[in-house]
Amino acid sequence: MNDDRPEDEARPDEAPGDGVGGLERPTGEHRPRWRETLGIVLANKLAAFGLVVLVVLILTAIFADLVAPYAINAQDLTRRFEPPSLQHLFGTDEFGRDLFSRVVFGSRVSLQVGAVAVSISLALGTFIGLISGYRRGWLDTVLMRTMDVLFSFPVVLLAIALVAVLGPSLRNTMLAVGIVFTPIFARVVRGSALSVSQDLHVRAARSLGASDLRIVFRHVLPNVAAPVIVQTSLSLAFAILIEAALSFVGVGVQPPEPAWGLMLSDAQRYRTQGWWLSVFPGLAIFLTVMAFNLVGDGLRDALDPQQRSVIESRGAGGDA
Amino acid sequence: MTAEVGSEHDPLVKVEDLRVHFPIGRGRDKTAVRAVDGVSLEVHRGETLGLVGESGCGKSTTGLALLRLVEPTAGTVTFDGVDLATLSRRELRRWRRRAAMIFQDPYASLDPRVPVGETVGEALDIHDLHQGKRERSARIAELLERVGLHPDVVDRYPHEFSGGQRQRLGIARALACEPEFLVCDEPIAALDVSIQAQVMNLLAELQSELGLTYLFIAHDLAAVQHVSDRIAVMYLGRVVELADRTRIYRDPQHPYTRALLSAIPVPDPPRERRRVRVPLPGDVPSPTDPPSGCRFRTRCPEVFEACGRILPALQQVGAGGRAACLLHGELGDPVERSPHPDAGRGTTTGSHVAEIDPG
Ligand SMILES: Nc1ncnc2c1ncn2[C@@H]1O[C@H](COP(=O)(O)OP(=O)(O)OP(=O)(O)O)[C@@H](O)[C@H]1O
Ligand SMILES: [Mg+2]
Repeated sequence: MNDDRPEDEARPDEAPGDGVGGLERPTGEHRPRWRETLGIVLANKLAAFGLVVLVVLILTAIFADLVAPYAINAQDLTRRFEPPSLQHLFGTDEFGRDLFSRVVFGSRVSLQVGAVAVSISLALGTFIGLISGYRRGWLDTVLMRTMDVLFSFPVVLLAIALVAVLGPSLRNTMLAVGIVFTPIFARVVRGSALSVSQDLHVRAARSLGASDLRIVFRHVLPNVAAPVIVQTSLSLAFAILIEAALSFVGVGVQPPEPAWGLMLSDAQRYRTQGWWLSVFPGLAIFLTVMAFNLVGDGLRDALDPQQRSVIESRGAGGDA
Repeated sequence: MTAEVGSEHDPLVKVEDLRVHFPIGRGRDKTAVRAVDGVSLEVHRGETLGLVGESGCGKSTTGLALLRLVEPTAGTVTFDGVDLATLSRRELRRWRRRAAMIFQDPYASLDPRVPVGETVGEALDIHDLHQGKRERSARIAELLERVGLHPDVVDRYPHEFSGGQRQRLGIARALACEPEFLVCDEPIAALDVSIQAQVMNLLAELQSELGLTYLFIAHDLAAVQHVSDRIAVMYLGRVVELADRTRIYRDPQHPYTRALLSAIPVPDPPRERRRVRVPLPGDVPSPTDPPSGCRFRTRCPEVFEACGRILPALQQVGAGGRAACLLHGELGDPVERSPHPDAGRGTTTGSHVAEIDPG
C-alpha cells in the first residue's frame, strides 16, 4: 500500500521524532518485526544449531535424487548386510539396498508426514480454537469438552486406534496424527483468542463498526500467531516421532516405502546382522526431532509475550 | 450537521435511566457490579459535556454503553432521535460511523500487529468510504497530518510510537469515518503532563473545525474546567449533579460536587487562601453493594435521616442545572422494604447518623 503513497519522501530523515514541518515521526529506526524475532532466535546458539540442521534436512529432502547415490529400492542381493564403506556410507540392509540412500529418501517421508499432519491439526485446531475463544458461551463449552475427551487418550494409542480403523497407509498415518494433534492447537488458540478478544483494541475495532468476521481475522488471528507458531514447531517434532513409532510397530507407513521407523523395525528383526541398521535411521530421527524442538524453544523465547512486552516498552520512549 | 430524524434543537444524545450491571460470581455467590445504576443525561449538538467522578464510578462504562460497546442492562440511549436498542446488528454497525470513541489507554487501544496506517484507515474500509487505493492512502495521509504525524509513518507499528503519538493515532482513527459524536474517555490521563496540553488543543481545534459533539470523561473537575460547556458529576454509578460549567464552579448544588471543587487549587491568591477543603471521609463503597437511598450518604458531611430512605432523583435546582440531593426537596424513589445490610455504617460525624427506617 506504500507504493501509491503521495511522493513526498524525498526529504531526508533529519531529526527523527521532530519530523518535518511540525509533523512527527517515531524516534528510532523502523525495523520489521520478523527480523527482530529472527535476531532473537539466532542469538540462541541451540536454536541456531537446530535451524541449521533443519535447513540441511529440508535441502536433503528436496534434492534427495541428487544426494542419494542409489535408487530407493535398488537391490543387490549379493551385497546384503555390508558394513559402512565408501561405496555404502551407511552400509546395506537385508536386500542389499544402500542404507544411506534410504535414509536420505526417508527424510521426505518424515517431513511429508510432519507437514501434512501438522497442517491438518493446525487448520482444524485454529478454526475450533478461534470460534471457542471468540464466541465463548455454550459453544465454547461443547467444543472444549470434545477436545478434552480427545486429549484424554494417550496420543500414540489414539493414533494407533485411528489407523487400525482407517487401515495402515501413509495417507492414513498423516490423517491420524493430524486428528490426534488437533486438541493441542485448539486449546492453545482458544486460550489466546479468549484473552485477545477482551483486548481494548478489539473493542476499538468494534467501535468503528467492524464485523465479527473482520475482527477475528484482522485482529484476533494475527495476535494468536505467536503461540501457534511455537506449537507448530514442537508438534512437527512430535508428529515425526509418532509416525516413526507407528511405522515401527507396523501400522504406519508400509514397506517398501523408505520410512525411518520401518528401517528401525527391520533393524530390530536383523538385530544380530549389524549395528548400522539401527544406528543411522535412529540418528536421523533423533536429529530431526531435536532440531524442531530446539527451534520451537527458540521461537518460544523470541515470541513469548512477556519478553515481547519488555521489548515493546523499551521501544516506546517519551515524546519528542 | 444535518439532522436526519431529530430536530436541530433536540439533544444529539439522550440517555435515560441507563443501567449496566456486570454479573460476577456463580451459584450462591452470584451478584452484580452495578457499574452504572440509573444515569440520565443529554448531550447537545456541538457542545462538550464533561463527565467527572472518582475512579471506578462508572464513567467509562457509561461511555461504552452510550456507544453500545457494552450492552446496557436497562434504560435507553437515543441518538439523533433514534433509540439505539431498536437497531439491528447490521444497522448498529452502520450507525457506528456517526459516533466514535477515544480510549483511556492509548497503549492497549491500538492493535500491536497492525501497521498504524491500516489502523487509521480501517473505518474507511469498513464503511466503504473511499474509491480506490490512491484515494484511500491520500485520506490516511491527510488524517495523520491532521493529528500532527508525518504521513510516511503508515508502515510503522504502534510500539514504535510514544504515548502522545499513539493517542493522536487513536484520534485519527476515530476521525476517519467523519463522526458527529466523540466519546473522549480520559484521553490525556495516561500521558506525560508535558504533552497533555498538546492533545487537549488538538481535540479543541477538531471540535471547532468539524463541529463535533463531545462527551469528555475525566476524573477530576480541574481537568474538564476549560473544555466543557456543561458538566455531569458522577458518584457510584449515578449522576449527582448536571449543570452549566460556570454554575458548577460558582454555585455547586450537591455536597459531593462541593467536596470535589474544594480540592482544586484556585489560581487567585486571596481566593485560594479562603478556600476551605471539604474532607471526604472513608472510601467509595463497593458498586456491588451500594448504600441504600442516596449513594453518597455514607460520606456526605450533610447527611440526614431521609438520605437512607429515599434515592434522590435528579431534580431541577434553579435555572442552570439539576442535582440529585434531598437538601433541595425530598424528591426520589423510596427505598424498598428489605433493610440494607450496610445501612447506617460508615457515616461521617456523630451528629447526623442516618436512621434507617424502611417501614
Ligand atoms: N467487564 C466488567 N466486569 C465486571 N466489572 C466491571 C467491568 N467493567 C467495569 N467493571 C467495574 O465497574 C465499575 C466501573 O468501572 P468503570 O471502568 O466504568 O469506571 P471509571 O469511572 O471509568 O473508572 P476509571 O477512572 O478508573 O477509569 C468498576 O468497579 C469496575 O471494576
Ligand atoms: Mg475509565
